[in-house]
Amino acid sequence: MFALTKEQIDEPAVVRSVESSGAGAIVVFAGRVRDKNEGRTVNRLEYEAFEPLCLHEGMRIIAEAEGMFEITAARCLHRTGGLSVGETAVLVAVAAGHRGPAFQACSYIIDQVKARLPIWKKEHYQDGTSGWVNCQSHTGAHCHK
Amino acid sequence: MKAPARLLVRYFAILRDQSGLAEETVDSKAETARELYAELMARHGFSLEADYMKVAINAEFADWESPLSSGDTVVFIPPTAGG
Repeated sequence: MFALTKEQIDEPAVVRSVESSGAGAIVVFAGRVRDKNEGRTVNRLEYEAFEPLCLHEGMRIIAEAEGMFEITAARCLHRTGGLSVGETAVLVAVAAGHRGPAFQACSYIIDQVKARLPIWKKEHYQDGTSGWVNCQSHTGAHCHK
Repeated sequence: MKAPARLLVRYFAILRDQSGLAEETVDSKAETARELYAELMARHGFSLEADYMKVAINAEFADWESPLSSGDTVVFIPPTAGG
């Protein structure tokens, strides 16, 4: 299941939600707000999502992962709104019988989320300026991986 | 020449900042999403070219050459940065 949330992500609660008696492996990825980006000091940032398409595409990514890998459960939550340095922006939790598919599915989900979801990030820098990441040039050359 | 279509355009991220609008209703004779963006780019002074963006019609990704019909909701999708 995929969801957007304006609230802080309760990581232990998300991990509990994928647990089951058959889940011998749980892999969790947490994407956190970093204090530096391309040499600039970031104070805080904002995420904005086009919600209907984001939810639809997010659910599709989870369903793809469930079809491709031998997993028992997968969840992904992405924040919207304002975030401070250190906060969790995105959390992926995958449970499986064994670690191989759990790692693979977790990696697949976060890669697809970054590539496909209509979510935008505005960084506010220490020098008082701000900018939409990847949007400030015509070429999209400021590609953040 | 076809009659203008009444479209709802929603703006996000840099396009919302540059237009000063979260959404607007547009009566346009644009035949395709690409033509509509060209029209709105000229009106609002958007910096991004269509080729660096995606487009969604009625909350589904669509082709830039898709035809538009009255009642459609159009969202232009600047380069994303989720995760």
